Amino acid sequence: MTHGALGAFLEATVRTATPLLLAATGELIVERSGIIFVGLEGSILAGALAAAAGAYAIGVVGGTVLAAVAGSLVALLFGFFVVRLRAEQIVTGTAITLLAGGATGALYQTIFGTQGAALRVPTVGVIVLPLLSAIPAIGPALFAQTGFTYGAIVLITVVWWWMARTHAGLALRACGERPGAARAAGVRTDRVRIVAAATAGACGGLAGAALVLAQSGTFAEGMSAGRGFIAIAIVALGRWRAAGVVVASLAFGAASALQYLFQAMGWSLPYQLFLALPYLATLIALATARAGGAAPGALGRMAED
Amino acid sequence: MSNTRAPVRPSAAATLARPLRAIAATGLLLAFAIALLAALLALGGYDVSLALGALWRGSVGSSYAVTSATLVRATPLLLAGLAVAIAFRAGVWNIGAEGQLLVGATAAVAIASLPFPGAVRIALALIAACAAGALWAAPAAILRRRGVLEVISTIMLNFVALNLVGFIVRGPLQEPTHAYPQSSALPLEARLPRVPGTRLHLGVAIAALAALTLWVLMTRTAWGFRVRAVGANARAAAMAGMIDVQRTTLSAFLVSGALAGLAGGIEATGVTFALYEGLSPGYGYTAIAVALLARLDPLLVIPSAFLFGALEAGATAMQRDAAVPAALVSVVEGSLVLLVLAAPRLRTALDGALTRRVEAA
Repeated sequence: MTHGALGAFLEATVRTATPLLLAATGELIVERSGIIFVGLEGSILAGALAAAAGAYAIGVVGGTVLAAVAGSLVALLFGFFVVRLRAEQIVTGTAITLLAGGATGALYQTIFGTQGAALRVPTVGVIVLPLLSAIPAIGPALFAQTGFTYGAIVLITVVWWWMARTHAGLALRACGERPGAARAAGVRTDRVRIVAAATAGACGGLAGAALVLAQSGTFAEGMSAGRGFIAIAIVALGRWRAAGVVVASLAFGAASALQYLFQAMGWSLPYQLFLALPYLATLIALATARAGGAAPGALGRMAED
Repeated sequence: MSNTRAPVRPSAAATLARPLRAIAATGLLLAFAIALLAALLALGGYDVSLALGALWRGSVGSSYAVTSATLVRATPLLLAGLAVAIAFRAGVWNIGAEGQLLVGATAAVAIASLPFPGAVRIALALIAACAAGALWAAPAAILRRRGVLEVISTIMLNFVALNLVGFIVRGPLQEPTHAYPQSSALPLEARLPRVPGTRLHLGVAIAALAALTLWVLMTRTAWGFRVRAVGANARAAAMAGMIDVQRTTLSAFLVSGALAGLAGGIEATGVTFALYEGLSPGYGYTAIAVALLARLDPLLVIPSAFLFGALEAGATAMQRDAAVPAALVSVVEGSLVLLVLAAPRLRTALDGALTRRVEAA
C-alpha cells in the first residue's frame, strides 16, 4: 500500500467522520437525558438548508450560525411534543424527520427554483496547522481539515468534561438514569430535557452545515442521507460515552472512506459489504453488552415517568 | 402511546360509536390536510387552484388515476402500515419496516427468477418475501430480550439491508451485461397479474385481505387479545399469569416483519419487476405515519394508506403540472401525524379550559 493512498484514506475518514461526530455529539447529550431523538435527521436537513441559504446571503459564518439555530428549532418542536405533550418519542421523531425532509426540499425548490444549475455557495477552506500537518500520513489527515473538524473535536471534549465534571452535567445524566430521583433532588427534568433536545438539534444543524460548507458546496433534497440515524448508531456503538462516540464516528467514517481506498488500489470488491460493517458491529456490540448494557436507564421510556 | 390504544374490551356503545367517530375524525384530518396544503401553496407563491386541481386529477380525479396511481402507491403503504400497526400495538417499536421490505423484495426477485411452473412461482416468491421479512426482524426481536432497544437495532438492520441490496444488485443478482446495478427484469410469468388497461395489480387485493385477516386476528382471537394486553400493559399482562409476554411480543414482531417483507415482494413482482437500490422511496418510514393516522387499527389502515397513496400520487402530478415540489406533501404527512399525536392532549386541554370557564362563571 502506498503512503499516498493511505494518506488519502485517512484524510477521507476524518472528513466523512466530521458531520457524523457533530450529530452524534448532539444525540449523546439528548440520550443521556433519557430521550431518543430520531428527528435528528430533520435537524441536519434544516441545518444544511439554513447553511446554504445563509452562506449564499451572508457568508459562511452567518450560514453556520443559522444552521445551528434552524437545527435547534426543529428539535424544540420535537421537545414540545415529547416533553410537554408527553407524545411518544420514536413516533414524534419520525414525524419530525418526515416534516423537516419535506419542508427543506419544498423550501429549497421554492426559493432557488427547480430548474437549472444547482445552487453554489461559498465553502470553508482547509486550515493547515503548521508542523503537525507535516507528520507523514496522519499529519494531513488530522491537521489539514476544515474548521468544522477542529470544532467537532473541541465540542466533544467540552461535552465530555461538562457531563463528567459539572453539576449541570450530573443533573443531565440523572434525568437519563433515574428521572424520579432527579426530580426528588430538585432537578427540573422537563426543562433539562428541552434544553438537551435544543442543544442536540443545534449540533445536528452544525452537522448539516459541515455537509454543505465543508463538503458539497450546495444543498440537495434529502442530502443528510440517513446520517441522523447513523448518529444514533454511533452513540450506541460508543456505549453512550464521549470517547466511544469519537471512536465510533471514525469507524463509520473509515467504512465510507474505504471506497476511495478501493478505487485508488484498483480493487473491485463490492464495498457495500464494508459499508454494512459498522452497523453489524453496532448490533454485535449491543448484543454482547450485559443486559441493558450501557444505555441510560430511562432511555426512551419517558411515558412511564 | 396509551392514549391511541382502544380499550382491551370495548363496551357495546363504544363499538357502535367508534366507526362514526372515526369517520368524523378522518373527515377533520382530511380537511386539515387540504387546508394546510392550500396555505403552504399560497405561502410559496404557487397557483393554489392549479396545484390542487393537479393533485385531484393525479390521485382520485379519474378511475385511471385511482387504479393506476393511488392504489398502486397505497398497496406497499397498506402492507407496511399493517406491519407497523401490529408491532406498535404489541408495544414493539419496529421502525425497521424499510429494511424488512427491502429483503422481502430481494427474496421475491431471487425466487421469481427461478423457473417454477405457473402460479407456483409467484406464490413461492411471495412466501419467500414474508419469510425474509420475518427473518430480518428476528435479530431485533431476539436482541430485545437482552434489553437492546429495538428502535436502534431495527435502524441498524435497515442500513444493513440497504447495503445488502446494493451488493446483491452488483453481484449475485446483477443483470447479465453487468452495466447497471440492478437485476434482470422478471419475465411475464413471474409478475403479478394486472387489471387490463391499468397498472393495478393483484397485490392490492392481497393487501386488503391481509388487513381483514389481521383485524380478525386482533379482535377475534386469543392471540390478538394477548398482543393487545401486552401492548397496553406488559407488566399487568405478565401478572395476570396467563400470558407469556416474551412469546407474544416475539410473535408480533415476526408477523410485523413478514408483512413488511410481503410489501417488498409485492412491489417487486407487481410494480418494479426488478431489484434495485431505489426500489422503495421510504415506504417503510411513511408506513409509520400511515399506521398512526389509523390509530394502529388494521381496518383503519386501509383508508389511511389510501389517503397517503392519493397524496403521493397527487404530489407527482402536482410537480409535473404545476411545478410544485412533491416534497411539500411530506410536510402535510408529518403534520398529520403530529396532529394525531397532539389530539388527546389538545382535547384534554380544551376540556380543562371549558371546565375552568364553567367554574369561573
